[in-house]
Amino acid sequence: MVHTVNKLSELRIGEMAVIDSFTDPVMSLKLLEMGCTPGERVELVKIAPMGDPIAISVSGYLLSLRKAEASTVLIHLITS
Amino acid sequence: MDRPDTHLQYAVNKLQVALVGNPNSGKSTLFNALTGLNQRTGNFPGVTVDKKTGLVKIRAGQGFPAQEITFVDLPGTYSLYPKSLDEEVTFDVLCDPANPDYPDCTVVVADASNIKRNLFLVTQLIELRRPVVLVLNMIDIMEQHGITINREKLSAALGIPVVATNARKKEGLAELKALLSGPVRISDKLFFKEVPEEDLVTALNKLLPQPLSSAYGVWQLLNNYAHFSSLKTDAQAAVRQLCVSHGFDATAFQARESVARFEVIGKLVDDCVEKVDKVRSSRTRKIDRVLTHPVWGYVIFLGVLFLLFQAIFFLAAYPMQWIESLFTLISSWSSHHLPPGELSALLVNGILAGLSGVVVFVPQIALLFAFIAILEDTGYMARVSFIMDKLMRKFGLNGKSVIPLISGVACAVPAIMSTRTISNWKERMITILVTPLMSCSARLPVYTLLISLVVPTDKKIIFFNMQGLALMIMYLIGFFAALFSAWIMKFILKAKEKSYFIMELPVYRMPKWSSVFYTIFDKVKVFLFDAGKVIIAISVILWVLSSHAPGKRFEEIDRRFQAEAIKAPGVDLEPAMAAAKLEASYAGIIGKSIEPAIRPLGYDWKIGIALITSFAAREVFVGTMATIYSVGDKENTRSIREKMMAERDPATGALVYSLPVALSLMIFYAFAMQCMSTLAVVYRETKNWKWPLIQFFYMGILAYVSSFAVYHLFK
Repeated sequence: MVHTVNKLSELRIGEMAVIDSFTDPVMSLKLLEMGCTPGERVELVKIAPMGDPIAISVSGYLLSLRKAEASTVLIHLITS
Repeated sequence: MDRPDTHLQYAVNKLQVALVGNPNSGKSTLFNALTGLNQRTGNFPGVTVDKKTGLVKIRAGQGFPAQEITFVDLPGTYSLYPKSLDEEVTFDVLCDPANPDYPDCTVVVADASNIKRNLFLVTQLIELRRPVVLVLNMIDIMEQHGITINREKLSAALGIPVVATNARKKEGLAELKALLSGPVRISDKLFFKEVPEEDLVTALNKLLPQPLSSAYGVWQLLNNYAHFSSLKTDAQAAVRQLCVSHGFDATAFQARESVARFEVIGKLVDDCVEKVDKVRSSRTRKIDRVLTHPVWGYVIFLGVLFLLFQAIFFLAAYPMQWIESLFTLISSWSSHHLPPGELSALLVNGILAGLSGVVVFVPQIALLFAFIAILEDTGYMARVSFIMDKLMRKFGLNGKSVIPLISGVACAVPAIMSTRTISNWKERMITILVTPLMSCSARLPVYTLLISLVVPTDKKIIFFNMQGLALMIMYLIGFFAALFSAWIMKFILKAKEKSYFIMELPVYRMPKWSSVFYTIFDKVKVFLFDAGKVIIAISVILWVLSSHAPGKRFEEIDRRFQAEAIKAPGVDLEPAMAAAKLEASYAGIIGKSIEPAIRPLGYDWKIGIALITSFAAREVFVGTMATIYSVGDKENTRSIREKMMAERDPATGALVYSLPVALSLMIFYAFAMQCMSTLAVVYRETKNWKWPLIQFFYMGILAYVSSFAVYHLFK
């Protein structure tokens, strides 16, 4: 089965992706001001022990967010 | 050549400077390094956000007069679009000229190793056309990551002065101070190219006392008019109308602006910043592998909590004892040297006792905040949030709520003060409201006494001592009550703002000990002066109630006991006289009058008096019991126990302190809000009497209903 990834919440640890767009306009503003802009590269670094939240590497630092928040970010995988 | 202007040397230039920046950029460390102990914590009007200001004096120098710079440390923010109550304060100070703290110059403190994200706020501020200075802080970490920033290029591209600092080592501060002492040029650079329509600008300017001075200021007003505290409601409505009529969509606009800004910033950073490809923050990642490990992460966290608890419970006990001894000394000296009378009694037993009740908290507060400051400074606090969030959310709490809850087992007072780390209003309120349900150390003497009345010492279940087991059960009851109440409040309290978890996990670093010191100093000062006033006031009232009686009752009692003393010389009648006086006092009268209300719980009026005096502090229960049962030696719990066990109801002849009564009383003490110090602190943290009152009543109802149920269940 091909592992299709569309949302940031679907990434596996170590995978890298590029941000395409956002599905929640209000949530997107918070993510945007933190440097998560379309075209920006992200990498899933860690998932919390209970499965939520997750930590991604973006714009030079580590950002943690809940899976529900991450699911509003549409991405496409890239091979590093 | 610059000739020093002689008349300038005698004038003092007063400057208001705002310190802003992203969270975790070392802003507060810079603030502390600049202002030292010359800082004070005040209030932003109308909000529960502390305002930290500090004064820095600079001597006159070449070409500039002496300066008195007032720095205001504003809450961290990522942009000028506020997304929390804290950020609203920052926004209002920076953007509303009518704000009393509106700065003459804004210093943006940026994490030099994270410059791209930090520049968002910088470019927004620049476009408001006011003096801005950029401080590249934490340059040591920047160098560790192999990053070099060309300051001259950056300064030229931004059009503002750029200073490099290491706030921890106090490097770069002199340059910053010198810079602020002279005129700071206003940048004319533009980063966001959209320009508002002419007629929109004209229409807006008509609504304002002064026309807007920048194009970006117009955009700010259109987006954030609801956050300008100085704009009256009709003016705000008018702006809203303009937005509608011009088809202005704030969300779409902000998204466009963010994307556009970061594009420009990206190019700027590519130009001015070089990065040698080192494996980024490998040390942080290695540490994280342990600290957020599915097993070790929690084990270590439990260890940290255990340490915290030990510190507040045991370590603080020593200085607390010294403080109590000190006050006992002062009060006995006072009662010997002051002329006898009403005023002296008020001073010694009312005010001094109240004061001692306030100061005795200082060691616990200091230790708890030292602990928390270290956890925050090192970056570990964010990880606590990270691993506990999912569990805590189920109860309407935040990952960071664990620290106040555990601290509450020692004392709710510093625990509630520490909820400041929770930025979401609703999660913070729920934490504040349920923390006192965690069985604090003041309940311990009450539990111990009551358990010893009804649970036999020698009995064991398997190998667990029954009394110990009973105690543990009481603690668990408190814990589950807290979780359950939080869960209920999750549905009742309305969220004031959208709840975001989105947060940075900062790089790990050693704590800055002077920052820890300033935090302790600050928190203790705030507690002593704010909560202290309320606690002393209530102490005095309670003292007046228990040491005064209507009419001449006290004189009658005195006469009666004098006659008794003649009849039976050598017998110590003091305890009996004290008991009689307490019964006759206003407190005693109130106790007797509430008896009908507490009868259903199995209590008599003597317990009623104890319930009233316990309002000062729960542990007063033991002392009150000693007085009521005329036990002379208040410390000797055995003799108090013996008296209580023997006590029988005059009407029915039944034991007063039977199992159902003892259990009911323990449950009452477990749930009721009987701590004026806690209420004082809740008031201080929420700046509203509504919340302590709500807390008092919900806990009171919980206590009453539960005690009623327990009493009748076990009868």
